[in-house]
Amino acid sequence: MDIIITGLLLGGTYALIAIGLNLQYGMARIMNLANGELLVAGGFAAFWFYTAGQVSPLLTIFVVAPLAFVANWLIYVVVLRPLVKRAKNRGQLEVDSILTTFGISFISVGLMLAVFGGNYFKYSYLATPVEIFGATYGSNRVTAFVVAAIISAVLLLWLHLSRTGMAIRAISVAPNSARLVGINVPQLAAIAFALGGAVTAVGGSVVSTFLTLDASTGVIFTLKALIIVIMGGVGDVRGTIIAALLLGILETFVARVIDPGLTLAAAYLVFVLILLFRPQGLFGQAQT
Amino acid sequence: MITSDETRNISIAVVLLALAACLPWIGGPYALTIGVTIVMFTALSTSWALFSGPTHYISLATAAFFGVGSYVTAIGIGFLPYWALLPIAGVIGAILAALVGLATLRLSGVYFVIFTLGLAELVRQLITYGQNKSGTKGLYVLTNINETMIYWQLLGLCALVYLAGWLIGRSRLGFALRIIGDDEQVAKHSGINTAAAKIMLFMVSGAVAAIVGAMLAPRYVYIEPAIAFTPMLSFQVVIMALLGGTGRLWGPVVGVIPFTFLWEAISVSFPNQTTLLLGVCFLLIVYLLPKGFVGLLQAIQRRSREALS
Amino acid sequence: MIGSPVLSLRGATKRFGGLVAVNDLDFDVTEHEVMGLIGPNGSGKSTTLNLISGALRVTSGAISLRGSAITQMPAQKIARKGIARTFQLVRLLPSMTVLENVKAGAVFGHRRRWGAEADDFARRMLERVGLTRQSGMHVGQLTYIDTKRVELARVLASEPEILLLDEWLAGLNPTELAEGIKLIRSLRDEGRTVILVEHVMDAIRALCDNCVVMSSGKKIAEGAPEAVLSDPEVVRAYLGDDDA
Repeated sequence: MDIIITGLLLGGTYALIAIGLNLQYGMARIMNLANGELLVAGGFAAFWFYTAGQVSPLLTIFVVAPLAFVANWLIYVVVLRPLVKRAKNRGQLEVDSILTTFGISFISVGLMLAVFGGNYFKYSYLATPVEIFGATYGSNRVTAFVVAAIISAVLLLWLHLSRTGMAIRAISVAPNSARLVGINVPQLAAIAFALGGAVTAVGGSVVSTFLTLDASTGVIFTLKALIIVIMGGVGDVRGTIIAALLLGILETFVARVIDPGLTLAAAYLVFVLILLFRPQGLFGQAQT
Repeated sequence: MITSDETRNISIAVVLLALAACLPWIGGPYALTIGVTIVMFTALSTSWALFSGPTHYISLATAAFFGVGSYVTAIGIGFLPYWALLPIAGVIGAILAALVGLATLRLSGVYFVIFTLGLAELVRQLITYGQNKSGTKGLYVLTNINETMIYWQLLGLCALVYLAGWLIGRSRLGFALRIIGDDEQVAKHSGINTAAAKIMLFMVSGAVAAIVGAMLAPRYVYIEPAIAFTPMLSFQVVIMALLGGTGRLWGPVVGVIPFTFLWEAISVSFPNQTTLLLGVCFLLIVYLLPKGFVGLLQAIQRRSREALS
Repeated sequence: MIGSPVLSLRGATKRFGGLVAVNDLDFDVTEHEVMGLIGPNGSGKSTTLNLISGALRVTSGAISLRGSAITQMPAQKIARKGIARTFQLVRLLPSMTVLENVKAGAVFGHRRRWGAEADDFARRMLERVGLTRQSGMHVGQLTYIDTKRVELARVLASEPEILLLDEWLAGLNPTELAEGIKLIRSLRDEGRTVILVEHVMDAIRALCDNCVVMSSGKKIAEGAPEAVLSDPEVVRAYLGDDDA
């Protein structure tokens, strides 16, 4: 029971990160492998504001989100859109965007190393225990989960109920048809990408309240986010949330019951099983 | 049936190979170290390009195969003669590649990239787990093999890779791969078992990378997971191969040589900025040199041909 | 000329999520005949071809070749059994010459050739479709009808018993159309079986021994072209209901 709740708490925050990637890959069609670095940057920002000015990460979010939105929007328009125009088919675009975002990821890591040095950073925020169903958890984890849940819920509602949100979902399902019904695909793709970046950065700020980060940990987060997105079904945010929660539970289970060093192996095993038996993920459309 | 062009190319290759083999006698120890690095990356990039060139699947699994190969030597050196370990490493690398291929190559390239991205990390975690369970920390590889011998072995491996590449290029398999790279649907409808073709080539690159790892183990002397599995290796191989260009067999080596020197220069002056260098190179390749130096050369040739006609 | 059914579909159904593209389709194709698969846009004709060629898997139902099931077979196996197809949007191999494109069909088809033998055979196929001059050219330099001819040559290079032509006659001017019809007729005369998905009614009338008409995924008529094309059901499917 304890494992399940801890897992859910962890998974909740993973969901936020994975949603960010889903917006970028599922909807803007860019496999952003710099996603993890974005997360770390969000974490750094929270760390910096907290240690320098005692500003709560929950408030830093409101600074991080718009900054990340603008930064990602710029990246999309300046760096990535030329690739979209240039690509003759989707496979080519995927290869190009993979290489480019790797480039961005490495440059980000290099810059962060230069600015922040190679040290781990961790800070103590809301580390007081809180009781749920008879067991104690750090209230930072609980707060993180609540924040993540709120943001996820808002996003989900927005995607399903607002016009722009629906348009963005349309371009993920059928980009060519979307164009035909008057949806401005390039502009919306940029918005989706920027929004995804903002969500991921916010996720980073949230996660930094209870996880240790450093300039090089981005990759692991990218991997987990990718596994979650694929597990849940590319382009479908509900699937991402459920997959994230499941992964959180699985990881916690493996860490407690088997060995904390095998969490990645467990995630991989799930990934392989999904690829073998249901490559479209839980909620995705079967690829024809 | 070998054309005169091909005979000329083969002769050039043999001469270059003979010259390269002389390095240990004419260069100093620093030259030999760089030489080992260059030959190692040539073997890795060329075998990488054999698979990733025609199929456009970006494999980041090189570090995983390399690490596995290093561990074959590290574990096996106590029981078997060194020469037996190399083919064993090759076979294990091929098997690992086959498993990865079976799981991921039937799907789109993105899944493949993601999977191989974490593969080195995964294997490293598994080996660390195994070591913690068995109580050992790292393994010592104590042999009589010195740098010169490693150099010649790698050079020999390079020659084999080139030979394999040349033979595959002339074979049905090579033709099938080119078709797959152009249009996989057409390939399937022409009767090509695309999954099998991709997996076979992937096994070749896996085997070569594992053998390289096995050959390099004596150089490190002490093997532990963090040393054997450096994720950077995968990215370096990708960059070198793409920089040189995968369109020709000699493409990757043209990328390996300048990149190695550049990497050395940066490591010495700005040791923390090697990551930054990698990032800049990736962007450079995508925007300026999508087909590498080979592509550049081909574009120049085409333009001069058009200018003349 | 009564032949035995060389290809049979029983209850073939293809669903994409909630959309039923092909609905419980039954028909037989007799050997050595030209069968037309016709119907308005979106009726499921190309999807049916995709099911037969293995590009898509059926959701339910069975497809059999000379009595043995090919229902769940992957496309490459079906190709090796002697079924070959062209695509609605011509798919050629961009990095290769015309000759190499055709060779692709010869090397991996159900009669595997290699080396000089494959080259010769490919050249003969190019002759057959009238493209001898262009064999060294790159595909980017070809005219539209020539790209279609290359694709047909590639298909022929695999020596198929059954050809699936997906709107191969679309977009041709009257002269090219007449040539195309002649070519397809000669294929049937050689002993092959052809399934044509077409909108060009003249071609259907000129070529087809038998027709199957589809609408919204279902078969609504079957028979000789004249009979089928004057069937009021068929006319209604094409022209829509009269709001009388």
